[in-house]
Amino acid sequence: MIKITLNEKPVTLDVDPAMPLLYALRDELKLTGTKFGCGAGQCGACTVHLNGKAIRSCITPVSAIAEQAITTIEGLADTSGNLGESAVQQAWREHKVPQCGYCQSGQMMSATALLSSIPNPSDEQIIEHMQGNICRCGTYQRIKAAIKTAADNSNKHQTAGNVTSANNSGVEYFDAGQITNNKQGA
Amino acid sequence: MQNIENVSRRGFLKAVGVTSGSFVLGVSLPLSMAKASSNSKDVSHALNFFVSIANDSKVTLVCHRSEMGQGIRTSVPQIIAEELEADWQQVSVIQAKADSKYGSQGTAGSASIRNHFTTIRQIGAVAREMLEQAAANIWKVPLNEVNAKNNFVIHNKTQQKISFGELASHAAKLTPPDSKKVALKNSADFTLIGTDVKQVDLANIVAGKAQYAQDIQLPNMLIATIVRPPVVGGKVLSFDAKAALKVKGVVDVIALKPRPLPVTTNPLSGVAVLAENTWAALEGRKKLEIEWDLGEKQSHDSKKFTKKLAKQVNQRGENVATKGDVYAHQYDDENTVEATYTVPYIHHAPMETPAATAIVTGKKCIIWAGTQNPQWAKSKAAQELGLAKEEQDNIELNVTLMGGAFGRKSKSDFIVEAVELAKASNRPVKVIWSREDDIQHGYYHSVSANYCKAELTPNGSADHWISRNAYPPIGWLWNTEQKTPADSQLALGFGDLPFELNNLSIEKHQVDSFVRPGWVRSVACINNGFALGSFVDELAVKADVPTRKMWLKLLGEDRHVDPSANGFKYSNYNLDLSQHPVDTKRMKSLINLISDKAQVEQKLPISQGWGISFLRSFGSFVAAATKVEVVNNKVNVLEMHTAVDCGIVVTPDRVKAQMEGAMIFGLSIALMGEISVENGQVQQTNFHDYPVTRMNQVPELHVHLVESDAPPGGIGEPGVPPVIPSITNAIYHASKTRIRDLPVNKVFTV
Repeated sequence: MIKITLNEKPVTLDVDPAMPLLYALRDELKLTGTKFGCGAGQCGACTVHLNGKAIRSCITPVSAIAEQAITTIEGLADTSGNLGESAVQQAWREHKVPQCGYCQSGQMMSATALLSSIPNPSDEQIIEHMQGNICRCGTYQRIKAAIKTAADNSNKHQTAGNVTSANNSGVEYFDAGQITNNKQGA
Repeated sequence: MQNIENVSRRGFLKAVGVTSGSFVLGVSLPLSMAKASSNSKDVSHALNFFVSIANDSKVTLVCHRSEMGQGIRTSVPQIIAEELEADWQQVSVIQAKADSKYGSQGTAGSASIRNHFTTIRQIGAVAREMLEQAAANIWKVPLNEVNAKNNFVIHNKTQQKISFGELASHAAKLTPPDSKKVALKNSADFTLIGTDVKQVDLANIVAGKAQYAQDIQLPNMLIATIVRPPVVGGKVLSFDAKAALKVKGVVDVIALKPRPLPVTTNPLSGVAVLAENTWAALEGRKKLEIEWDLGEKQSHDSKKFTKKLAKQVNQRGENVATKGDVYAHQYDDENTVEATYTVPYIHHAPMETPAATAIVTGKKCIIWAGTQNPQWAKSKAAQELGLAKEEQDNIELNVTLMGGAFGRKSKSDFIVEAVELAKASNRPVKVIWSREDDIQHGYYHSVSANYCKAELTPNGSADHWISRNAYPPIGWLWNTEQKTPADSQLALGFGDLPFELNNLSIEKHQVDSFVRPGWVRSVACINNGFALGSFVDELAVKADVPTRKMWLKLLGEDRHVDPSANGFKYSNYNLDLSQHPVDTKRMKSLINLISDKAQVEQKLPISQGWGISFLRSFGSFVAAATKVEVVNNKVNVLEMHTAVDCGIVVTPDRVKAQMEGAMIFGLSIALMGEISVENGQVQQTNFHDYPVTRMNQVPELHVHLVESDAPPGGIGEPGVPPVIPSITNAIYHASKTRIRDLPVNKVFTV
């Protein structure tokens, strides 16, 4: 039995400890947003977060992640916890990045990890960080643009976010940044 | 649904699925449900097999063609909604199952819009006129006094209006009008076609909720992985499953039935491990011991074979098209260019490897698959189950999204595997292909050699042109005796040479086949377009003129070329040549456009160079320009452009996306794409030895879209062919090294 935190919820896995996390997610937990692409850590389609850092779930045995926190595409959310509305996801919609879409969960997970460590990445930093993620449809130019938009919007949002942390009373607040983002994401 | 203009109204009804004269289709919900909720807004009225409208005016449109990233699940409904005068905000899209009632569902050859634009419009227009007729009947006014607009029908004189929802039940009872006689909108009045409407699957993809064939989950389902014969035509002699069966989670090991040549689109046979989860299946597979009879194709060595093809095209071949006499001519060596080009086997490598799920219960079968050709897959499944033709509808084939396809998923081998194993195991089975399976057991773009020879003329053009090619033909899949490409294959950038020449010889060669050949995005336009685009550049270099100028001279006067004039049976991608002409004016204006936009004649620093090329394919005209630098034996691609004239554009952003993707796909082929075969076995296994373009290799991309009222051409494939020679031409102009044998990484670091 291996206990992990998956998308902020406790989960117990009763599988072969050698099973890569990818198959535990897809076959056992039926979370299919994380994709199989190569099974060898070469394409990035299976990227998830381990304690906020991007890892390749196809080569990470579940035994290696016991008692740790995993986030998948299904767990990405904006700072208020709205699933599917993270800055990266909004930017992905705004730039209409996906073609077939299959690699995009992995692309967004890699991009999110990049922005959490480097909030304003340069072109070189984006390329350095993202070149492990293959897109056979060829959406790279839009991925780059979307990462920059997400970075810009997160920075804007950061201002609003500060208001949130100052306002811990649980009272709902008007978040102009959020509304702008939603419009752009439509 | 092709040739709708030539069939009767009954023919149209048949094409959209109605075989009786009446058009009362009632509700599309199960009857009991419909009765229980007869006043509910959810009750949906089918106006034809593509259009249903609920009482609350929600419009449900069927997309009958398959989504692989090209955006067809947006574009087809967008065209129907345009003619239907539906409010796009009220439209939802459902995916058609495999069913002949929808007409052609084969999503290949960039054909969905170029071949079916009018028919798809008629589907919407017929439904619109039924709604208008229903309103006219209610108001007791002539049909010509009413107009549909934005989910309402309006009486022009009184400005009264009734919603689609209120009209739907009345309209569904009417006899549909003759599809040939319904008025279609003037393109000037389009409000949806030509705009970027909300993309149908975007939100689901971004949320990680989109469902692909790999994602199907069923209760009691087994996962199957298959070890296939290493050589095409190979057989299992014996196997030992004992160790595999001991792996926890492995349920069964099943030998697939032997499959004789021709390979068609059948499975390759082999041994399957079926398990409760993917990991157990893969672990079990490692423990299988199999003894193979590799068969006669084990003699194949792609390196030697490429040399053989190159030698072959330097000999005279079989006649495809002839004008004047090139062989009576004494070539002047000083002014003659002669070149042989080769392209290796190339693989699709879609990000989602093939996968299919099936349940077989007696004579019933349910399938989920990402397939470009649902009806073909369904008939192959029926054949596998021994069903008679009239029993085919015992099979329900659900079409999922495809995580890329590029032609691979036109073939149904992986779907038949799932059916075979579901039947054998009596449980639902999902067949998954590993990346190694995908790369080693594909349907490859054939290894090829092309030869070109021509002599410069005093007026700055060229003449006495010879084009030859040699490659294993796709027809070998069905006929092991077939050694030359069909005319429809020779029409792909080869027999349709658009140049103004007095003496011409186009020739083909007989070639044996060893691995499964298949349609890879752009098909033979890959090798033919590479040869043509390279050779025009070589002629320009010989003549010491800009490449643009050579193209313009060779294309000559503004005219519509008839490639059949020189004896070639030209099929023009199944398009009417009068509607989709081989138009040199459009070609020249694109070559000028790309040259001007990219400024390809600008002075560049030493070690940098621009390359251009052009090809008309799949009914569209595309020019490409690439700038590279070659430093320390390494090619850096600095900038890429494509210019496209594809006639009427339905969804501009998706056209742009296809062009962006074509540049990346072309980069992969030009720089690194090579499947090699030794002892009949594919040598590559995964992305480390079959590399595809990554972000660090991608330059600035620019797409120039020409506005046009011409009938629409294709868009999925035409972008790729000119991109490849634009890259190698740029390398020549940067380094004076001519790449005639792809890929570039044989010579340069990329």
